[in-house]
Amino acid sequence: MNATPSNPSATQPGLDPAAHAGWRDHPPRMGFFTDTSVCIGCKACEVACKEWNAVPEDGLLLTGMSYDNTQALGASTWRHVAFIEQSAVTVRPGADDGADAGDLRWLMSSDVCKHCTEAACLDVCPTGALMRTEFGTVVVQDDVCNGCGYCVSACPFGVIGRRQSDGGAHKCTLCYDRIGDGLHPACAQACPTESIQFGPLDELRERAQHRVAELHDAGRPEARLYGADPDDGIGGAGAFFLLLDQPEVYGLPPDPVVTTRDLPRMWRHAGLAAAGLAAAALAACLGRRA
Amino acid sequence: MTAPPERAGGEPRLVPEAGTSSYYDRPVVKESVWGPDIPSYLFLGGLAGASSALAAGAQLSGHTELARVAKAGAAGAISLSLAALVHDLGRPARFVNMLRVLKVTSPMSVGTWIVSAYAPSAVAACLASRRLPQVGTPATIAAGAIGPAVAAYTSVLIADTASPAWHGAYRELPYMFVGSAATAAGGLGLLAVPPERARPAARLAVAGAAAELTAELLIERRLGQEAEPYRTGRSGALMRAGQVLAVAGAAGAVIGRRRRAVSAVSGVALLAGSAVTRFGVFAAGQASARDPKYTVGPQRRRALS
Repeated sequence: MNATPSNPSATQPGLDPAAHAGWRDHPPRMGFFTDTSVCIGCKACEVACKEWNAVPEDGLLLTGMSYDNTQALGASTWRHVAFIEQSAVTVRPGADDGADAGDLRWLMSSDVCKHCTEAACLDVCPTGALMRTEFGTVVVQDDVCNGCGYCVSACPFGVIGRRQSDGGAHKCTLCYDRIGDGLHPACAQACPTESIQFGPLDELRERAQHRVAELHDAGRPEARLYGADPDDGIGGAGAFFLLLDQPEVYGLPPDPVVTTRDLPRMWRHAGLAAAGLAAAALAACLGRRA
Repeated sequence: MTAPPERAGGEPRLVPEAGTSSYYDRPVVKESVWGPDIPSYLFLGGLAGASSALAAGAQLSGHTELARVAKAGAAGAISLSLAALVHDLGRPARFVNMLRVLKVTSPMSVGTWIVSAYAPSAVAACLASRRLPQVGTPATIAAGAIGPAVAAYTSVLIADTASPAWHGAYRELPYMFVGSAATAAGGLGLLAVPPERARPAARLAVAGAAAELTAELLIERRLGQEAEPYRTGRSGALMRAGQVLAVAGAAGAVIGRRRRAVSAVSGVALLAGSAVTRFGVFAAGQASARDPKYTVGPQRRRALS
Protein backbone atom coordinates (compact mmCIF):
# COMPACT_ATOMS: atom_id res chain seq x y z
CA MET A 1 0.00 0.00 0.00
CA ASN A 2 1.54 3.32 -1.03
CA ALA A 3 0.44 6.74 0.01
CA THR A 4 -0.27 8.46 -3.27
CA PRO A 5 0.58 12.13 -3.56
CA SER A 6 -2.56 14.06 -4.20
CA ASN A 7 -3.81 17.57 -4.44
CA PRO A 8 -3.95 19.92 -1.49
CA SER A 9 -7.31 20.69 -0.02
CA ALA A 10 -6.38 24.21 0.99
CA THR A 11 -5.80 27.18 -1.24
CA GLN A 12 -2.20 27.49 -2.30
CA PRO A 13 -1.87 30.19 -4.95
CA GLY A 14 0.97 29.67 -7.33
CA LEU A 15 1.23 26.03 -6.39
CA ASP A 16 3.43 23.87 -8.59
CA PRO A 17 1.23 20.79 -8.95
CA ALA A 18 3.93 18.52 -10.40
CA ALA A 19 6.32 19.26 -7.52
CA HIS A 20 3.49 18.82 -5.07
CA ALA A 21 2.82 15.37 -6.54
CA GLY A 22 6.43 14.40 -5.91
CA TRP A 23 8.10 15.06 -9.28
CA ARG A 24 11.64 16.34 -8.95
CA ASP A 25 13.49 18.21 -11.72
CA HIS A 26 10.33 18.23 -13.74
CA PRO A 27 9.74 20.19 -16.98
CA PRO A 28 7.71 23.41 -16.82
CA ARG A 29 3.96 23.11 -16.40
CA MET A 30 2.38 22.82 -19.82
CA GLY A 31 -1.10 23.82 -20.81
CA PHE A 32 -3.57 25.15 -23.34
CA PHE A 33 -4.65 28.71 -23.99
CA THR A 34 -7.83 28.55 -26.07
CA ASP A 35 -8.47 31.97 -27.59
CA THR A 36 -12.11 31.70 -28.63
CA SER A 37 -12.03 35.09 -30.37
CA VAL A 38 -10.28 33.49 -33.34
CA CYS A 39 -12.07 30.13 -33.31
CA ILE A 40 -13.83 29.52 -36.64
CA GLY A 41 -15.68 26.38 -35.52
CA CYS A 42 -13.97 24.05 -38.00
CA LYS A 43 -13.79 21.18 -35.47
CA ALA A 44 -10.36 20.13 -36.72
CA CYS A 45 -9.41 19.85 -33.03
CA GLU A 46 -12.21 17.37 -32.38
CA VAL A 47 -11.19 15.24 -35.35
CA ALA A 48 -7.46 15.37 -34.67
CA CYS A 49 -8.04 14.39 -31.04
CA LYS A 50 -10.20 11.42 -31.97
CA GLU A 51 -7.72 10.29 -34.62
CA TRP A 52 -4.58 10.54 -32.52
CA ASN A 53 -6.01 9.14 -29.31
CA ALA A 54 -8.12 6.46 -31.04
CA VAL A 55 -11.20 7.70 -29.19
CA PRO A 56 -14.26 5.72 -30.34
CA GLU A 57 -17.26 7.19 -32.10
CA ASP A 58 -19.93 8.20 -29.59
CA GLY A 59 -23.11 8.79 -31.51
CA LEU A 60 -23.89 10.50 -34.80
CA LEU A 61 -26.96 12.65 -34.54
CA LEU A 62 -28.32 16.07 -35.35
CA THR A 63 -29.07 18.01 -32.20
CA GLY A 64 -30.47 21.26 -33.49
CA MET A 65 -27.91 23.10 -31.38
CA SER A 66 -26.53 25.25 -34.19
CA TYR A 67 -23.56 23.40 -35.71
CA ASP A 68 -22.85 21.56 -32.47
CA ASN A 69 -23.69 17.89 -32.90
CA THR A 70 -21.03 16.83 -30.42
CA GLN A 71 -23.00 18.19 -27.44
CA ALA A 72 -20.60 17.89 -24.53
CA LEU A 73 -17.26 16.65 -23.29
CA GLY A 74 -17.26 13.06 -22.07
CA ALA A 75 -15.48 9.73 -22.06
CA SER A 76 -15.28 9.70 -25.85
CA THR A 77 -15.21 13.44 -26.56
CA TRP A 78 -12.08 15.21 -25.34
CA ARG A 79 -12.46 18.38 -27.42
CA HIS A 80 -15.89 19.89 -27.92
CA VAL A 81 -16.60 22.91 -30.09
CA ALA A 82 -19.53 24.96 -28.81
CA PHE A 83 -21.57 27.11 -31.20
CA ILE A 84 -23.63 29.98 -29.84
CA GLU A 85 -25.83 32.08 -32.07
CA GLN A 86 -26.74 35.31 -30.32
CA SER A 87 -29.37 37.61 -31.70
CA ALA A 88 -28.67 40.43 -29.25
CA VAL A 89 -25.75 42.51 -30.44
CA THR A 90 -24.59 45.74 -28.94
CA VAL A 91 -24.78 48.67 -31.32
CA ARG A 92 -21.45 50.36 -31.53
CA PRO A 93 -21.89 53.71 -33.26
CA GLY A 94 -19.11 54.32 -35.70
CA ALA A 95 -17.83 50.76 -35.54
CA ASP A 96 -16.60 49.58 -38.89
CA ASP A 97 -16.09 45.90 -38.07
CA GLY A 98 -19.56 45.00 -39.21
CA ALA A 99 -20.72 43.94 -35.78
CA ASP A 100 -23.74 46.21 -35.94
CA ALA A 101 -24.65 45.28 -39.48
CA GLY A 102 -26.75 42.27 -38.59
CA ASP A 103 -28.45 40.99 -35.51
CA LEU A 104 -26.49 37.75 -35.25
CA ARG A 105 -23.29 37.12 -33.37
CA TRP A 106 -21.46 33.79 -33.53
CA LEU A 107 -19.52 32.54 -30.58
CA MET A 108 -17.41 29.45 -31.07
CA SER A 109 -15.24 27.83 -28.46
CA SER A 110 -13.30 24.59 -28.27
CA ASP A 111 -13.75 23.21 -24.75
CA VAL A 112 -11.35 20.74 -23.15
CA CYS A 113 -10.31 19.29 -19.78
CA LYS A 114 -9.04 22.14 -17.59
CA HIS A 115 -6.15 20.15 -16.00
CA CYS A 116 -6.91 21.96 -12.72
CA THR A 117 -4.21 22.89 -10.21
CA GLU A 118 -6.54 21.48 -7.56
CA ALA A 119 -8.16 18.64 -9.47
CA ALA A 120 -11.28 17.14 -7.88
CA CYS A 121 -11.16 14.04 -10.13
CA LEU A 122 -7.65 13.25 -8.97
CA ASP A 123 -8.47 13.98 -5.34
CA VAL A 124 -11.44 11.62 -5.16
CA CYS A 125 -10.07 8.74 -7.29
CA PRO A 126 -9.92 5.78 -4.87
CA THR A 127 -7.48 3.64 -6.87
CA GLY A 128 -4.80 6.17 -7.79
CA ALA A 129 -5.69 5.66 -11.47
CA LEU A 130 -5.84 9.43 -11.95
CA MET A 131 -2.39 10.89 -11.59
CA ARG A 132 -0.46 14.14 -11.96
CA THR A 133 2.17 14.03 -14.69
CA GLU A 134 5.57 15.73 -14.67
CA PHE A 135 4.00 18.40 -16.91
CA GLY A 136 1.44 19.24 -14.22
CA THR A 137 -1.37 17.70 -16.25
CA VAL A 138 -3.94 15.15 -15.03
CA VAL A 139 -4.12 11.74 -16.70
CA VAL A 140 -6.17 8.54 -16.19
CA GLN A 141 -4.13 5.33 -16.10
CA ASP A 142 -6.51 3.02 -17.90
CA ASP A 143 -4.89 -0.16 -16.57
CA VAL A 144 -5.60 0.93 -12.98
CA CYS A 145 -9.08 2.49 -13.30
CA ASN A 146 -11.82 0.19 -12.00
CA GLY A 147 -14.67 2.32 -13.27
CA CYS A 148 -16.05 3.47 -9.91
CA GLY A 149 -17.26 6.69 -11.56
CA TYR A 150 -16.43 8.96 -8.62
CA CYS A 151 -14.37 11.35 -10.79
CA VAL A 152 -17.41 11.86 -13.04
CA SER A 153 -19.45 13.36 -10.19
CA ALA A 154 -16.54 15.28 -8.72
CA CYS A 155 -15.48 17.27 -11.80
CA PRO A 156 -16.89 20.82 -11.49
CA PHE A 157 -16.80 21.19 -15.30
CA GLY A 158 -18.51 17.92 -16.30
CA VAL A 159 -15.47 16.90 -18.32
CA ILE A 160 -14.67 13.30 -17.47
CA GLY A 161 -17.03 10.42 -18.27
CA ARG A 162 -17.27 6.65 -17.99
CA ARG A 163 -17.27 4.77 -21.28
CA GLN A 164 -20.02 2.21 -21.74
CA SER A 165 -17.93 -0.11 -23.90
CA ASP A 166 -15.01 -0.65 -21.51
CA GLY A 167 -16.40 0.57 -18.17
CA GLY A 168 -13.46 2.90 -17.54
CA ALA A 169 -13.17 6.67 -17.06
CA HIS A 170 -11.57 8.65 -19.86
CA LYS A 171 -10.67 12.24 -20.61
CA CYS A 172 -8.13 14.51 -22.33
CA THR A 173 -4.52 13.56 -21.56
CA LEU A 174 -3.14 16.79 -23.04
CA CYS A 175 -1.54 14.26 -25.41
CA TYR A 176 0.83 12.95 -22.74
CA ASP A 177 2.40 10.65 -25.33
CA ARG A 178 3.09 13.51 -27.74
CA ILE A 179 4.30 16.27 -25.41
CA GLY A 180 6.76 13.86 -23.79
CA ASP A 181 8.34 13.62 -27.24
CA GLY A 182 8.44 17.37 -27.79
CA LEU A 183 5.39 17.40 -30.05
CA HIS A 184 2.33 19.59 -29.65
CA PRO A 185 -1.00 18.00 -28.68
CA ALA A 186 -2.97 16.86 -31.71
CA CYS A 187 -5.71 19.51 -31.33
CA ALA A 188 -3.27 22.41 -31.08
CA GLN A 189 -1.30 21.02 -34.01
CA ALA A 190 -4.43 20.83 -36.15
CA CYS A 191 -5.94 24.20 -35.23
CA PRO A 192 -5.71 26.40 -38.35
CA THR A 193 -6.17 29.75 -36.58
CA GLU A 194 -4.05 29.21 -33.48
CA SER A 195 -7.17 29.48 -31.39
CA ILE A 196 -5.70 26.53 -29.47
CA GLN A 197 -2.23 27.40 -28.24
CA PHE A 198 0.01 24.98 -26.41
CA GLY A 199 3.05 25.83 -24.32
CA PRO A 200 4.48 26.48 -20.86
CA LEU A 201 1.60 27.77 -18.75
CA ASP A 202 3.50 30.88 -17.54
CA GLU A 203 4.10 32.00 -21.11
CA LEU A 204 0.54 31.28 -22.14
CA ARG A 205 -0.85 33.34 -19.26
CA GLU A 206 1.34 36.27 -20.24
CA ARG A 207 0.35 35.98 -23.87
CA ALA A 208 -3.33 35.79 -22.89
CA GLN A 209 -3.14 38.97 -20.78
CA HIS A 210 -1.62 40.73 -23.74
CA ARG A 211 -4.34 39.44 -26.05
CA VAL A 212 -7.13 40.61 -23.73
CA ALA A 213 -5.59 44.10 -23.55
CA GLU A 214 -5.36 44.10 -27.34
CA LEU A 215 -9.04 43.19 -27.69
CA HIS A 216 -10.10 45.79 -25.11
CA ASP A 217 -8.16 48.43 -27.08
CA ALA A 218 -9.87 47.24 -30.24
CA GLY A 219 -13.27 47.96 -28.73
CA ARG A 220 -14.13 44.48 -27.45
CA PRO A 221 -14.62 45.15 -23.73
CA GLU A 222 -16.43 41.83 -23.34
CA ALA A 223 -13.19 39.86 -23.77
CA ARG A 224 -12.17 38.17 -20.53
CA LEU A 225 -9.98 35.30 -19.39
CA TYR A 226 -11.50 32.21 -17.80
CA GLY A 227 -9.44 29.88 -15.62
CA ALA A 228 -6.24 31.93 -15.78
CA ASP A 229 -6.33 33.13 -12.16
CA PRO A 230 -4.30 30.99 -9.69
CA ASP A 231 -6.48 32.37 -6.88
CA ASP A 232 -9.72 30.97 -8.26
CA GLY A 233 -11.68 27.99 -6.89
CA ILE A 234 -9.53 25.39 -8.63
CA GLY A 235 -6.17 27.08 -8.09
CA GLY A 236 -6.11 28.07 -11.75
CA ALA A 237 -6.61 25.87 -14.80
CA GLY A 238 -3.84 24.30 -16.84
CA ALA A 239 -6.12 24.82 -19.83
CA PHE A 240 -7.70 28.27 -19.77
CA PHE A 241 -9.77 30.36 -22.17
CA LEU A 242 -10.40 33.78 -23.60
CA LEU A 243 -14.17 34.24 -23.77
CA LEU A 244 -16.38 36.90 -25.31
CA ASP A 245 -19.35 36.43 -22.99
CA GLN A 246 -20.23 35.02 -19.58
CA PRO A 247 -18.82 31.52 -19.00
CA GLU A 248 -22.28 29.96 -18.60
CA VAL A 249 -23.14 31.02 -22.15
CA TYR A 250 -20.48 28.53 -23.27
CA GLY A 251 -21.70 25.89 -20.82
CA LEU A 252 -18.91 26.63 -18.33
CA PRO A 253 -19.54 27.12 -14.59
CA PRO A 254 -19.11 30.82 -13.64
CA ASP A 255 -17.26 30.26 -10.36
CA PRO A 256 -16.30 26.59 -9.85
CA VAL A 257 -14.73 25.52 -6.56
CA VAL A 258 -13.01 22.16 -6.13
CA THR A 259 -15.30 20.12 -3.87
CA THR A 260 -12.41 18.80 -1.74
CA ARG A 261 -11.78 22.26 -0.28
CA ASP A 262 -14.71 21.56 2.05
CA LEU A 263 -13.64 17.99 2.79
CA PRO A 264 -12.05 18.65 6.21
CA ARG A 265 -15.33 20.26 7.33
CA MET A 266 -17.30 17.34 5.90
CA TRP A 267 -15.22 14.82 7.85
CA ARG A 268 -15.66 16.86 11.02
CA HIS A 269 -19.45 16.79 10.67
CA ALA A 270 -19.38 13.08 9.81
CA GLY A 271 -17.22 12.37 12.87
CA LEU A 272 -19.63 14.23 15.11
CA ALA A 273 -22.59 12.44 13.54
CA ALA A 274 -20.92 9.02 13.99
CA ALA A 275 -20.15 9.79 17.64
CA GLY A 276 -23.76 10.86 18.07
CA LEU A 277 -25.02 7.57 16.62
CA ALA A 278 -22.75 5.53 18.92
CA ALA A 279 -23.91 7.53 21.94
CA ALA A 280 -27.57 7.22 20.93
CA ALA A 281 -27.28 3.44 20.46
CA LEU A 282 -25.71 3.02 23.91
CA ALA A 283 -28.14 5.40 25.58
CA ALA A 284 -31.10 3.58 24.02
CA CYS A 285 -29.95 0.37 25.73
CA LEU A 286 -29.73 1.93 29.18
CA GLY A 287 -32.64 1.83 31.55
CA ARG A 288 -34.95 -0.79 32.84
CA ARG A 289 -35.26 -4.12 31.11
CA ALA A 290 -38.75 -5.47 30.72
CA MET B 1 -13.06 33.24 -11.79
CA THR B 2 -12.01 36.44 -13.55
CA ALA B 3 -14.57 39.17 -13.04
CA PRO B 4 -16.15 40.03 -16.36
CA PRO B 5 -15.50 43.59 -17.49
CA GLU B 6 -18.54 45.78 -17.77
CA ARG B 7 -19.73 46.78 -21.17
CA ALA B 8 -18.91 50.37 -21.99
CA GLY B 9 -21.74 52.58 -20.84
CA GLY B 10 -24.41 54.14 -22.96
CA GLU B 11 -24.58 51.45 -25.61
CA PRO B 12 -28.20 50.61 -26.40
CA ARG B 13 -29.07 47.00 -27.22
CA LEU B 14 -31.11 46.11 -30.25
CA VAL B 15 -33.09 43.55 -28.28
CA PRO B 16 -32.94 42.48 -24.66
CA GLU B 17 -30.15 40.03 -23.96
CA ALA B 18 -31.26 36.54 -24.96
CA GLY B 19 -31.51 33.76 -22.38
CA THR B 20 -27.83 33.38 -21.67
CA SER B 21 -27.85 31.47 -18.44
CA SER B 22 -26.95 28.16 -20.06
CA TYR B 23 -25.68 26.45 -23.17
CA TYR B 24 -28.84 25.04 -24.81
CA ASP B 25 -30.04 24.02 -21.31
CA ARG B 26 -27.28 21.40 -21.23
CA PRO B 27 -26.00 20.31 -17.80
CA VAL B 28 -22.76 21.96 -16.68
CA VAL B 29 -21.72 19.13 -14.36
CA LYS B 30 -22.28 15.47 -15.10
CA GLU B 31 -24.93 13.38 -13.43
CA SER B 32 -23.48 10.51 -11.43
CA VAL B 33 -23.01 7.31 -13.41
CA TRP B 34 -23.98 5.34 -10.30
CA GLY B 35 -27.04 3.12 -10.63
CA PRO B 36 -29.64 2.05 -8.03
CA ASP B 37 -26.91 -0.05 -6.37
CA ILE B 38 -25.57 3.07 -4.71
CA PRO B 39 -28.73 4.43 -3.02
CA SER B 40 -29.38 0.80 -2.00
CA TYR B 41 -25.93 0.77 -0.43
CA LEU B 42 -26.58 4.09 1.32
CA PHE B 43 -29.57 2.38 2.97
CA LEU B 44 -27.98 -1.02 3.62
CA GLY B 45 -24.68 0.43 4.89
CA GLY B 46 -26.63 2.65 7.28
CA LEU B 47 -28.79 -0.26 8.42
CA ALA B 48 -25.67 -2.38 9.01
CA GLY B 49 -23.66 0.28 10.81
CA ALA B 50 -26.42 1.38 13.16
CA SER B 51 -27.48 -2.23 13.78
CA SER B 52 -23.94 -3.08 14.92
CA ALA B 53 -23.94 -0.12 17.31
CA LEU B 54 -27.33 -1.24 18.63
CA ALA B 55 -26.13 -4.87 18.86
CA ALA B 56 -23.13 -3.89 20.98
CA GLY B 57 -25.29 -1.83 23.32
CA ALA B 58 -27.95 -4.55 23.51
CA GLN B 59 -25.38 -7.24 24.28
CA LEU B 60 -23.74 -5.16 27.01
CA SER B 61 -27.12 -4.42 28.61
CA GLY B 62 -28.37 -7.99 28.36
CA HIS B 63 -30.95 -7.58 25.58
CA THR B 64 -29.83 -10.89 24.09
CA GLU B 65 -32.60 -11.41 21.58
CA LEU B 66 -32.35 -7.88 20.20
CA ALA B 67 -28.56 -8.21 20.01
CA ARG B 68 -28.86 -11.41 18.00
CA VAL B 69 -31.32 -9.87 15.52
CA ALA B 70 -29.24 -6.70 15.11
CA LYS B 71 -26.07 -8.71 14.49
CA ALA B 72 -27.80 -10.84 11.86
CA GLY B 73 -29.21 -7.69 10.24
CA ALA B 74 -25.80 -6.05 10.19
CA ALA B 75 -24.06 -9.06 8.69
CA GLY B 76 -26.73 -9.53 6.06
CA ALA B 77 -26.93 -5.86 5.13
CA ILE B 78 -23.18 -5.38 4.82
CA SER B 79 -22.87 -8.53 2.68
CA LEU B 80 -25.52 -7.21 0.31
CA SER B 81 -23.75 -3.82 0.39
CA LEU B 82 -20.48 -5.31 -0.79
CA ALA B 83 -22.25 -7.09 -3.62
CA ALA B 84 -23.96 -3.83 -4.66
CA LEU B 85 -20.70 -1.88 -4.51
CA VAL B 86 -18.80 -4.34 -6.67
CA HIS B 87 -21.72 -4.69 -9.08
CA ASP B 88 -21.89 -0.92 -9.66
CA LEU B 89 -18.27 -0.67 -10.82
CA GLY B 90 -17.61 -0.23 -14.53
CA ARG B 91 -14.98 -2.96 -14.16
CA PRO B 92 -16.10 -5.15 -11.24
CA ALA B 93 -13.15 -7.56 -11.58
CA ARG B 94 -10.86 -4.70 -10.57
CA PHE B 95 -12.55 -4.03 -7.24
CA VAL B 96 -9.30 -4.93 -5.47
CA ASN B 97 -7.63 -1.87 -7.03
CA MET B 98 -9.43 0.04 -4.27
CA LEU B 99 -7.00 -1.59 -1.85
CA ARG B 100 -3.76 -0.51 -3.52
CA VAL B 101 -3.80 2.98 -1.94
CA LEU B 102 -5.22 4.90 0.98
CA LYS B 103 -6.11 8.47 0.03
CA VAL B 104 -7.54 10.79 2.66
CA THR B 105 -8.73 13.12 -0.11
CA SER B 106 -11.02 10.37 -1.43
CA PRO B 107 -14.03 9.52 0.74
CA MET B 108 -14.45 6.38 -1.37
CA SER B 109 -10.92 5.25 -0.51
CA VAL B 110 -11.36 6.03 3.18
CA GLY B 111 -14.76 4.33 3.10
CA THR B 112 -13.32 1.23 1.46
CA TRP B 113 -10.87 0.82 4.32
CA ILE B 114 -13.55 1.50 6.94
CA VAL B 115 -15.82 -1.13 5.37
CA SER B 116 -12.88 -3.52 4.99
CA ALA B 117 -12.33 -3.35 8.74
CA TYR B 118 -16.03 -3.41 9.53
CA ALA B 119 -17.44 -6.20 7.36
CA PRO B 120 -15.36 -9.08 8.80
CA SER B 121 -16.14 -7.89 12.35
CA ALA B 122 -19.86 -7.70 11.63
CA VAL B 123 -19.92 -11.16 10.05
CA ALA B 124 -17.80 -12.66 12.85
CA ALA B 125 -20.05 -11.02 15.46
CA CYS B 126 -23.06 -12.69 13.85
CA LEU B 127 -21.57 -16.15 13.33
CA ALA B 128 -19.40 -16.59 16.43
CA SER B 129 -21.42 -15.02 19.22
CA ARG B 130 -23.05 -18.23 20.38
CA ARG B 131 -20.42 -20.90 19.86
CA LEU B 132 -17.21 -18.90 20.16
CA PRO B 133 -17.86 -16.00 22.56
CA GLN B 134 -14.12 -15.34 22.87
CA VAL B 135 -14.27 -14.30 19.19
CA GLY B 136 -17.87 -13.11 19.07
CA THR B 137 -17.74 -10.62 21.92
CA PRO B 138 -14.67 -8.68 20.72
CA ALA B 139 -16.10 -8.78 17.18
CA THR B 140 -19.40 -7.38 18.46
CA ILE B 141 -17.59 -4.54 20.22
CA ALA B 142 -15.40 -3.85 17.17
CA ALA B 143 -18.35 -3.84 14.77
CA GLY B 144 -20.28 -1.63 17.20
CA ALA B 145 -17.40 0.84 17.30
CA ILE B 146 -16.79 0.96 13.53
CA GLY B 147 -20.47 0.72 12.54
CA PRO B 148 -21.29 4.41 13.14
CA ALA B 149 -18.40 5.36 10.84
CA VAL B 150 -19.88 3.14 8.11
CA ALA B 151 -23.25 4.84 8.57
CA ALA B 152 -21.78 8.38 8.52
CA TYR B 153 -19.06 8.31 5.85
CA THR B 154 -21.50 7.69 2.99
CA SER B 155 -22.78 11.24 3.48
CA VAL B 156 -19.27 12.56 2.79
CA LEU B 157 -19.04 10.20 -0.19
CA ILE B 158 -21.89 11.97 -1.98
CA ALA B 159 -21.27 15.47 -0.55
CA ASP B 160 -17.71 15.50 -1.92
CA THR B 161 -18.95 15.94 -5.49
CA ALA B 162 -19.92 18.79 -7.81
CA SER B 163 -23.58 17.77 -7.60
CA PRO B 164 -25.21 20.95 -6.22
CA ALA B 165 -27.85 19.34 -3.96
CA TRP B 166 -25.29 16.95 -2.45
CA HIS B 167 -22.37 19.31 -1.98
CA GLY B 168 -24.61 22.15 -0.84
CA ALA B 169 -25.96 20.00 2.02
CA TYR B 170 -22.58 18.73 3.25
CA ARG B 171 -23.13 20.09 6.78
CA GLU B 172 -26.52 18.43 7.29
CA LEU B 173 -26.19 15.18 5.34
CA PRO B 174 -24.05 13.36 7.96
CA TYR B 175 -26.72 13.91 10.63
CA MET B 176 -29.51 13.01 8.22
CA PHE B 177 -27.66 9.81 7.28
CA VAL B 178 -26.94 8.60 10.83
CA GLY B 179 -30.52 9.50 11.75
CA SER B 180 -31.83 7.48 8.82
CA ALA B 181 -29.48 4.62 9.76
CA ALA B 182 -30.74 4.63 13.36
CA THR B 183 -34.32 4.66 12.08
CA ALA B 184 -33.63 1.59 9.94
CA ALA B 185 -31.80 -0.33 12.68
CA GLY B 186 -34.54 0.46 15.17
CA GLY B 187 -37.12 -0.60 12.60
CA LEU B 188 -35.45 -3.97 12.09
CA GLY B 189 -35.40 -4.55 15.86
CA LEU B 190 -39.11 -3.71 16.15
CA LEU B 191 -39.98 -5.96 13.24
CA ALA B 192 -38.13 -9.03 14.53
CA VAL B 193 -38.33 -8.76 18.32
CA PRO B 194 -41.50 -8.56 20.46
CA PRO B 195 -41.94 -4.97 21.69
CA GLU B 196 -41.44 -5.71 25.39
CA ARG B 197 -37.90 -6.93 24.59
CA ALA B 198 -37.21 -4.32 21.89
CA ARG B 199 -37.38 -1.10 23.89
CA PRO B 200 -33.85 0.04 22.89
CA ALA B 201 -34.81 -0.39 19.23
CA ALA B 202 -37.90 1.78 19.71
CA ARG B 203 -35.88 4.49 21.46
CA LEU B 204 -33.18 4.44 18.79
CA ALA B 205 -35.77 4.65 16.02
CA VAL B 206 -37.50 7.66 17.58
CA ALA B 207 -34.19 9.47 18.12
CA GLY B 208 -33.11 8.61 14.58
CA ALA B 209 -36.32 9.89 13.03
CA ALA B 210 -35.99 13.12 15.01
CA ALA B 211 -32.40 13.64 13.84
CA GLU B 212 -33.27 12.84 10.24
CA LEU B 213 -36.25 15.19 10.09
CA THR B 214 -34.34 17.99 11.82
CA ALA B 215 -31.47 17.70 9.34
CA GLU B 216 -33.93 17.83 6.44
CA LEU B 217 -35.51 20.94 7.90
CA LEU B 218 -32.09 22.58 8.21
CA ILE B 219 -31.30 21.77 4.58
CA GLU B 220 -34.49 23.54 3.55
CA ARG B 221 -33.68 26.53 5.75
CA ARG B 222 -29.97 26.97 5.04
CA LEU B 223 -29.60 26.05 1.39
CA GLY B 224 -30.89 28.28 -1.33
CA GLN B 225 -31.80 27.12 -4.78
CA GLU B 226 -29.82 23.88 -4.34
CA ALA B 227 -32.45 22.61 -1.88
CA GLU B 228 -35.22 22.78 -4.46
CA PRO B 229 -34.78 19.18 -5.74
CA TYR B 230 -35.37 17.94 -2.18
CA ARG B 231 -38.97 19.17 -2.41
CA THR B 232 -39.83 19.06 -6.11
CA GLY B 233 -40.24 16.35 -8.72
CA ARG B 234 -39.63 12.65 -8.17
CA SER B 235 -36.88 13.31 -5.60
CA GLY B 236 -39.21 15.59 -3.64
CA ALA B 237 -41.96 12.95 -3.66
CA LEU B 238 -39.50 10.35 -2.36
CA MET B 239 -38.30 12.69 0.40
CA ARG B 240 -41.89 13.40 1.47
CA ALA B 241 -42.74 9.67 1.47
CA GLY B 242 -39.65 9.07 3.62
CA GLN B 243 -40.75 11.75 6.08
CA VAL B 244 -44.29 10.38 6.35
CA LEU B 245 -43.00 6.83 6.89
CA ALA B 246 -40.47 7.99 9.50
CA VAL B 247 -43.10 9.94 11.47
CA ALA B 248 -45.64 7.13 11.22
CA GLY B 249 -43.05 4.52 12.16
CA ALA B 250 -41.79 6.51 15.13
CA ALA B 251 -45.36 7.08 16.34
CA GLY B 252 -46.11 3.38 15.95
CA ALA B 253 -42.99 2.50 17.92
CA VAL B 254 -44.28 4.53 20.84
CA ILE B 255 -47.95 3.51 20.58
CA GLY B 256 -47.21 -0.17 19.93
CA ARG B 257 -45.20 -0.76 23.07
CA ARG B 258 -47.52 -3.56 24.11
CA ARG B 259 -48.88 -4.68 20.79
CA ARG B 260 -46.72 -6.91 18.65
CA ALA B 261 -48.56 -6.23 15.39
CA VAL B 262 -48.43 -2.43 15.70
CA SER B 263 -44.79 -2.59 16.66
CA ALA B 264 -43.89 -4.85 13.73
CA VAL B 265 -45.77 -2.71 11.22
CA SER B 266 -44.04 0.40 12.51
CA GLY B 267 -40.73 -1.46 12.09
CA VAL B 268 -41.54 -2.03 8.44
CA ALA B 269 -42.50 1.64 8.02
CA LEU B 270 -39.21 2.75 9.58
CA LEU B 271 -37.15 0.47 7.34
CA ALA B 272 -39.08 1.55 4.25
CA GLY B 273 -38.81 5.21 5.26
CA SER B 274 -35.05 4.99 5.57
CA ALA B 275 -34.71 3.30 2.17
CA VAL B 276 -37.04 5.74 0.44
CA THR B 277 -35.19 8.71 1.96
CA ARG B 278 -31.85 7.45 0.61
CA PHE B 279 -33.33 7.06 -2.87
CA GLY B 280 -34.78 10.57 -2.49
CA VAL B 281 -31.43 12.10 -1.59
CA PHE B 282 -29.81 10.27 -4.47
CA ALA B 283 -32.47 11.44 -6.92
CA ALA B 284 -32.21 15.03 -5.65
CA GLY B 285 -28.48 15.09 -6.37
CA GLN B 286 -29.03 13.72 -9.85
CA ALA B 287 -31.79 16.24 -10.59
CA SER B 288 -29.57 19.09 -9.40
CA ALA B 289 -26.75 17.95 -11.69
CA ARG B 290 -29.08 17.62 -14.69
CA ASP B 291 -30.41 21.17 -14.61
CA PRO B 292 -27.72 23.81 -15.20
CA LYS B 293 -29.59 26.43 -13.16
CA TYR B 294 -28.56 24.70 -9.92
CA THR B 295 -24.89 24.90 -10.91
CA VAL B 296 -24.89 28.34 -12.50
CA GLY B 297 -27.33 30.18 -10.22
CA PRO B 298 -25.57 29.71 -6.86
CA GLN B 299 -22.13 30.26 -8.41
CA ARG B 300 -23.27 33.41 -10.16
CA ARG B 301 -24.71 34.78 -6.91
CA ARG B 302 -21.49 33.89 -5.08
CA ALA B 303 -19.41 35.62 -7.75
CA LEU B 304 -21.52 38.75 -7.42
CA SER B 305 -21.53 38.87 -3.63
